[in-house]
Amino acid sequence: MSVMTYAEAGCLALRQEMERDPNVWALGEDLGPEGGTSGQYRGLQKLFGPQRIVDTPISESMIMSAAIGSALMGMRPVAELRFADFALCAADEIINQAAKVRYMLGGQARVPLTIRAPIGMRSGMAAQHSQSVENFWVATAGLVVVASATPADNHGLLKAAIRADDPVVFMEHKELWQSTGQVDADAAPIELGKAAIRRAGRDITLISWSSTANACVAAAETLATQGVAAEVIDLRTLWPWDRDCVFDSIEKTGRVLVAHESTRAGGFGGELVAEIAEAFHGKLKARPMRLGSPRVPVPYSKPLEDMCRVGAVEIAAAALKLFETKV
Amino acid sequence: MTTARTLPVASALRMLRTMRIIRDFEDAAGAALRDGHARGSVHQYTGEEAIATGVCFNLTRADFVSSYHRGHGHAIAKGVSPARMMQELYGRAGGTSGGKGGSMHIADFSCGMLGANGVVPDGVTIAVGAAQAFKMQKRAAIMVAFFGDGALNRGPLFEAFNWAKLFELPVLFVCEDNGYSVTLRTRDVTGGPAPIERVKSFGIPAETVNGNDVIEVEAAARRLIAEVRAGGGPRYLHAHTYRWQGHLAHDRGLYRDPAEVEAAKRDDCIVNAERWLTQQGVEAAVLAEVDGEAKQIIASAVAEALAAPWPDTAQVFTDVQDIGSPARAAARRWSGSAS
Repeated sequence: MSVMTYAEAGCLALRQEMERDPNVWALGEDLGPEGGTSGQYRGLQKLFGPQRIVDTPISESMIMSAAIGSALMGMRPVAELRFADFALCAADEIINQAAKVRYMLGGQARVPLTIRAPIGMRSGMAAQHSQSVENFWVATAGLVVVASATPADNHGLLKAAIRADDPVVFMEHKELWQSTGQVDADAAPIELGKAAIRRAGRDITLISWSSTANACVAAAETLATQGVAAEVIDLRTLWPWDRDCVFDSIEKTGRVLVAHESTRAGGFGGELVAEIAEAFHGKLKARPMRLGSPRVPVPYSKPLEDMCRVGAVEIAAAALKLFETKV
Repeated sequence: MTTARTLPVASALRMLRTMRIIRDFEDAAGAALRDGHARGSVHQYTGEEAIATGVCFNLTRADFVSSYHRGHGHAIAKGVSPARMMQELYGRAGGTSGGKGGSMHIADFSCGMLGANGVVPDGVTIAVGAAQAFKMQKRAAIMVAFFGDGALNRGPLFEAFNWAKLFELPVLFVCEDNGYSVTLRTRDVTGGPAPIERVKSFGIPAETVNGNDVIEVEAAARRLIAEVRAGGGPRYLHAHTYRWQGHLAHDRGLYRDPAEVEAAKRDDCIVNAERWLTQQGVEAAVLAEVDGEAKQIIASAVAEALAAPWPDTAQVFTDVQDIGSPARAAARRWSGSAS
């Protein structure tokens, strides 16, 4: 075990997978000397050469297409798209091609592809560099959708994504790159589709992912001081989401709050709450609840941007409300 | 372009046979759509057969081609079974995609057909990625990306040209210029000089051929493919041709002057090839035999498709993804029971 940043943990995972499998290669803008937007590729081009850590032009369609075409021919590419916002420049290739090729061709080919598309606000980057668009990918059949919240998970989940034979949208968070935590370099890949219980509790289930899962942990600490034991589930994989983990927890707590940074309207929390409502109709102790950002473009100015954040304070306050009212 | 070089008669006869099979396949595909056996859209390649045929004649089984919505000709020329293709059009289990793709997603990796594609120009960009894999794997194979002139106004195509040149990838781009972008004349929706100048500006050597002359296409493709195989980086072939049918089989193409269509049909690549063969001393009976053989192949493909079984409905849930496969969730989610 050693302490490292979230960026270093991702870098370590890719390095290990490239050492393990010569078919793994990465492509994107500024990966080489620059080492990626936040150091998540630092030193890799020196280790593996410019043929396996490939610096590309600003050509998102071709970055994604090169990844898909090479995957169809037996390679295992990691396509870096810088920000989830720019993944939208390759939305056609991701949604119309990567996600559907295997199906459209009757299973003749697979697309073992990792799409790194970091989500979230990054203080003051404004509307085109702050989006959390995981709901787009969740709505697309064929994609596995993953979001990591801690350095250890960034390491273990990225390894699993690279080894998966499916196209995986792997969402790091733009504000977590320099966060630190314990990472076991020898840890096995984390099975995709399995949530983590970040904190156990019996009174309410907080469900989240990515940076907001960390906010839920902080909120749970606040709630504990007020006598509420919150269980925090970090989904880690949004599709397929861990139904067993979520349902077992709600069975126990009878209260549920889903929190995410993407917009509340149309966000993945809506799908989760709908599934929960169908399964637990009449059995919950309070109405199921969602927190998400308002349906506005993310603004620049700090007091405005802060209005769009779903933080520990908001989560704890919302959770407490579920103890005031009875459905 | 010179056609003086002596192509073996047997080679030309093989190409004539391929062109005949493609044309008969397209006639049968159009009929299948009219009769309700094929669904959705069928884009016929009728009139353009010489291009796929002349290019693919120079490819090995290890080479790959990629195509677009008008993809039947490329598949047949690369060796995909017309019977399995017809089954795909008929939506049957034995189709190239098991009935899950249809006309626009015909592929057969076992003979180097990477796939038709429903989005312009994604077949091209993905082909460039496949060529990048060939280079990384040091594989003795090249990629040929077919596309229409309409693609010359899509941005990602230019990303592909730049990329192929930047990484010096083993890919031959083949533009089949039938003059139309769906219903509009491409020249009416295109600014600037001739499209080939765009390609040349990337530093990619480019040539133009008469796409209705299979002898000329074959000769140019042979030369360019040899250069690509030798590691010379990408090449581009611009083939002028004409789309005899509408954009789709149910498009009657009424936006075109009938005289223009009739004139194009007088420059029929199959008639042109037969004329060349006749000049080489091939007898009419031999040509008729090729014709008969092609008709037989397609007639039996149609008969086979009609009799073929439908896919099992459980197939709707397979081959989506391994992790989170809906096949596993299907029993629970679609059984009608609440959760």
